[in-house]
Amino acid sequence: MALLSVNKLTKSFGGLTAVLNVNMEINQGELVGLIGPNGAGKTTVFNLITGMYEPTSGTITLDSNGIKKEIQGLKPYTICNIGLARTFQNIRLFKDLTVLDNVRIAMHKNVKYGLFSSFFHLPSHSREEALLTRKSLELLEILKLDHKKDELARNLPYGEQRHLEIARALATNPVLLLLDEPAAGMNPAETAQLTELISWIRKEFNLTILLIEHDMSLVMKICERIYVLDYGMVIAEGTPEEIKNNKRVIEAYLGEDMSNAGD
Amino acid sequence: MGNKAKSNLAIKIILLAATFVIIQLLIFLDVINDYLQATMATICINIILAVSLNLITGFTGQFSLGHAGFMSIGAYTCALITLRNPTLPGFIIGVFAGAVMAALIGGIVGLPTLRLRGDYLAIATLGMSEIIRIVFLNLDSITNGAAGLQDIPQFTNWIWLFIFTTGTVLVISNFIKSSHGRACISVREDEIAAEAMGINSTRYKVIAFIIGSFFAGIAGALYASTFNFIDPKIFGFSKSIDVLVVVVLGGLGSISGSIIAAVLLGIITTYLQAFANIQMILYSVLLIIIMIFRPQGLMGSKEVSLSIFSKLGSIIKPKKGRA
Repeated sequence: MALLSVNKLTKSFGGLTAVLNVNMEINQGELVGLIGPNGAGKTTVFNLITGMYEPTSGTITLDSNGIKKEIQGLKPYTICNIGLARTFQNIRLFKDLTVLDNVRIAMHKNVKYGLFSSFFHLPSHSREEALLTRKSLELLEILKLDHKKDELARNLPYGEQRHLEIARALATNPVLLLLDEPAAGMNPAETAQLTELISWIRKEFNLTILLIEHDMSLVMKICERIYVLDYGMVIAEGTPEEIKNNKRVIEAYLGEDMSNAGD
Repeated sequence: MGNKAKSNLAIKIILLAATFVIIQLLIFLDVINDYLQATMATICINIILAVSLNLITGFTGQFSLGHAGFMSIGAYTCALITLRNPTLPGFIIGVFAGAVMAALIGGIVGLPTLRLRGDYLAIATLGMSEIIRIVFLNLDSITNGAAGLQDIPQFTNWIWLFIFTTGTVLVISNFIKSSHGRACISVREDEIAAEAMGINSTRYKVIAFIIGSFFAGIAGALYASTFNFIDPKIFGFSKSIDVLVVVVLGGLGSISGSIIAAVLLGIITTYLQAFANIQMILYSVLLIIIMIFRPQGLMGSKEVSLSIFSKLGSIIKPKKGRA
């Protein structure tokens, strides 16, 4: 059974249909890519899945640990608490807060102490804050950001900001991670590093990952399956090998260079 | 970590106790006369108002122009209770009843209005506070309308003001330093990202609003009990602006900034009494000058650091397991 099933998902903004009858299935543990030319509706699909937009029609079902739940139209924070985390195409960190606080905020849903305890810093507050801080530091260590824990997020170099976004998404303890163009703006060396990082966290955290990416070297290297979107519709689906040789994909989007892109 | 937190706490307690003892001594020696005591009361009430508004506007990022409305609810509730029950328990019940009433109204008003953003929220809160004022103005049988309530029993003295002011500052700064407080700050920083990280932004806006209203209610109750007289005019639009001026001047998102600004403005106002005719002009000019040179407020979003004191402490005391 698929972890995430998207069924006939449609979203129109006034007269413009950004996403039309999209069907997708993502199985537990898979790493799936979502590609397509600019304006194809990839980020809109992400925004629909994570609750930023309400779909015009269609369903999105999350089946985690045998609990099946339709999540379309739910609030983003509810969807996050069910186990979906995301990063943003144009980085959206809490820029004026420290690296540590960025991660600690994402761990807020695990906090059990109440408001009363927070007013008077009762023992339950101190105990859970210590635990929260330790877990956050562990995450930062994994992403090699622990030495910068007290820096403001805005002062991090671009690549590290992307890493911090991933750390923050992981802090919400997701079952499904959605990465929106994680390699955007990175040079080839950084992209190679990121590619390794993604495969590594996937194993380490037992994650299912859906990612949008323009960088074909990354997509072809790590994705097991790829969906291709054009004009809001899925025009192809398959393994990287199949996508490379799919006529419709080559015509609609990838052009003649496609056969070399995997290198 | 733990040691540092403990020594910081010790420094805080020593500083607070010293402030209290010194001022108590000065009152006893009559260096601080009745007039200065009234100024001090105004400063304490302004600290409570500014710190609580800072939680709403500075930390949670919700621009509110209705703080005087919640203050008036606290003031009227406490005044009416102490007028019927002029005892010390009556006063304490009055203060907390005023605060709870203000928090209750804050929650009822906050739920629908906090869906608005920026200027729209400012206008909605302004309208709401005007509605509260007009209700008090027209409830003749209870509030005595425009004539106001006179001869409110005076229970507030320096000791009560000190207790409630430090209590407010401690509770709000503790809240800010908790996970719930960080959730409020994340809403200010980026509401969309906060929601994507599992934070119910509406919930935290309303929580901040309710806590802020609660302490505005306390400030109002102390006002009624200090100055013996309240009428609806006191809690008009300009009172909300006064509080906002303190918050912006001290720095949005800085509790120590709010305290410093409230003290500073209190002192400036006292000295400007000498120039009665041009007092407001001088006050405004001063504000303009400060805003030109410190547009982010006196403290920005930083807090006064206690590290100077812990360094002093480590010189005096032999080093022992420093964190």
